[in-house]
Amino acid sequence: MVNRVAGAAVLYTLMILTALFCLGPFLWLLSTSLKVNANIYQFPPQFIPWPITFKNFIDVFNIMPLWTNIWNTVLMTAMGVGLNLLTCTIMAYPLARFRFPGRNLIFYAIISTMILPNGAGMIVHFLIIQKMGLYNTLLGIVLPSAVTVFNVFLLRQAFITIPQEMEDAARIDGASEFRIFWNIMVPMIRPAIATIVIFDFMAFWNSFIWPIVVLDDPNKYPLTAALQYLQGELSYNFPYIAAGTVISVIPIIIVFLLLQKQFINGMVGAVKG
Amino acid sequence: MLNTRNRRYLFAYLMMAPGLLLMAIFTFYPIIYGLPLTFTNYSVIGETKWIGLANFKRAFSDPDFLLALKNSILYIIVVPVIQILSICMAILVNNNLKGVRFFRVSYFVPVVTSMVAAAIAWKWMFEQKGIINFILESAGITNGNIAWLANPDTALYAVMFVTVWKGLGYYMMIYLAGLQSIPSELQEAAKIDGANRAQVIRHVTIPLLQPFVLLCSLLSVMSAIRVFDEVYIMTGGGPAHASMVTGVYTYVKAFQDFDFGYAAAIGLIVSLIVMLFSIILFKYGKKGGLNYYG
Repeated sequence: MVNRVAGAAVLYTLMILTALFCLGPFLWLLSTSLKVNANIYQFPPQFIPWPITFKNFIDVFNIMPLWTNIWNTVLMTAMGVGLNLLTCTIMAYPLARFRFPGRNLIFYAIISTMILPNGAGMIVHFLIIQKMGLYNTLLGIVLPSAVTVFNVFLLRQAFITIPQEMEDAARIDGASEFRIFWNIMVPMIRPAIATIVIFDFMAFWNSFIWPIVVLDDPNKYPLTAALQYLQGELSYNFPYIAAGTVISVIPIIIVFLLLQKQFINGMVGAVKG
Repeated sequence: MLNTRNRRYLFAYLMMAPGLLLMAIFTFYPIIYGLPLTFTNYSVIGETKWIGLANFKRAFSDPDFLLALKNSILYIIVVPVIQILSICMAILVNNNLKGVRFFRVSYFVPVVTSMVAAAIAWKWMFEQKGIINFILESAGITNGNIAWLANPDTALYAVMFVTVWKGLGYYMMIYLAGLQSIPSELQEAAKIDGANRAQVIRHVTIPLLQPFVLLCSLLSVMSAIRVFDEVYIMTGGGPAHASMVTGVYTYVKAFQDFDFGYAAAIGLIVSLIVMLFSIILFKYGKKGGLNYYG
């Protein structure tokens, strides 16, 4: 009994220390963002801010167009996730369930791009986006990753596992090809769809260097790019940077906490699958 | 009129059309066009000329690139560190204590947040008068006052530390899934035979985790060679190229110097190195490395 209590105490201590290590930087950022100016550069550092002020948060909304940045991020993410969902699902479905000339050729061509080296990736993307007249546009950010080989692969695997009887029964009932796809097949692969929504949400929300390359106008920047820009502009004023950073991580942490189960299952499933 | 078979073909092709069109433009074309680009001096200024292997010759006599390449290879030392720590974390939270779910979730927070936010936080903590120096000084490990990111001897390692911190939760989750897929009878049997907790971990758990270790190691090797965000945000490759890695160097050559041909060539060199590791991954994967009862 004593042994078990001691064991649990050791485990809890280790788990708490690890949690402090993982969350520490964010807590420290939060603490910094709530401090009055005089306490920020204090040494030894003040761990718990006192007095607490929200002035940094108010100021950072005044010095940078944060609402615009948040809106840009939301738009960019919604568009990126939406396009991926649409194009990848309709592309994976025939590859999984239909026999047609050229199917294997197309499938292997797609898969092989995962292995082939593409050292000039971002450079060529940039040149294409410029030629298409999409420089400095949202579409220019989203389009190069609107189809992801990984997603097509994942969705194809999901479509393959649906039993043939489902399809046959619908066909006997006289359902059209589109109805079979939309009303029977898509609802059955919901877990795979949830996985790619989560993955792409995270990828687009956190994407950083490509938006900087494509966008010329900082007013069009998403949050991550705006923060990096703010860092360059205001390197002398860390509390504002801290407040901006705290604001930028809140949405993704809320989404993560709401969907954590699917997040973690999706992460693990995708790696193992 | 189309017959049923041809109608189905048409339906299949129509569904694939948007995706294939986008892939043709943004996946196939860059691979095909990216290669010849490496043999040219393409940039925003001057006439584009075919210059043969000059870019590659230049790369291997460019001390900045060679240093970046060396640093990128050196960066692989984060891999064993990440594996060992994330396995320890997975074992730690693979218990049924109350509240263990909270801890699992909190270890995953660095994974979901942007590297920009994380790197900004760490940059602030690595300041000379920052909290890292305070903690190390209080613990009597250093006498403080190390400008971690401004010191050529420490900058690269400080950034590596952030990479490790950001990746731990991700690999922990994979190992946790691995641990939970190990049949508990094996561990029970070892306990009945008189093995203690440490012996069970050493002789039963770790060997069964091996396929996961292989997969995770290769995934993290590939991302270590490709590292970009944390280096770019925290040091920009400095001071004096001390933390320059190939990802940042390629970016600088392409989008600051607009030296596209040369940047494409060094990008290709790095891609080939990454490809080498992918081949190893696929080879081991086929050998049953991923089938953990094989």
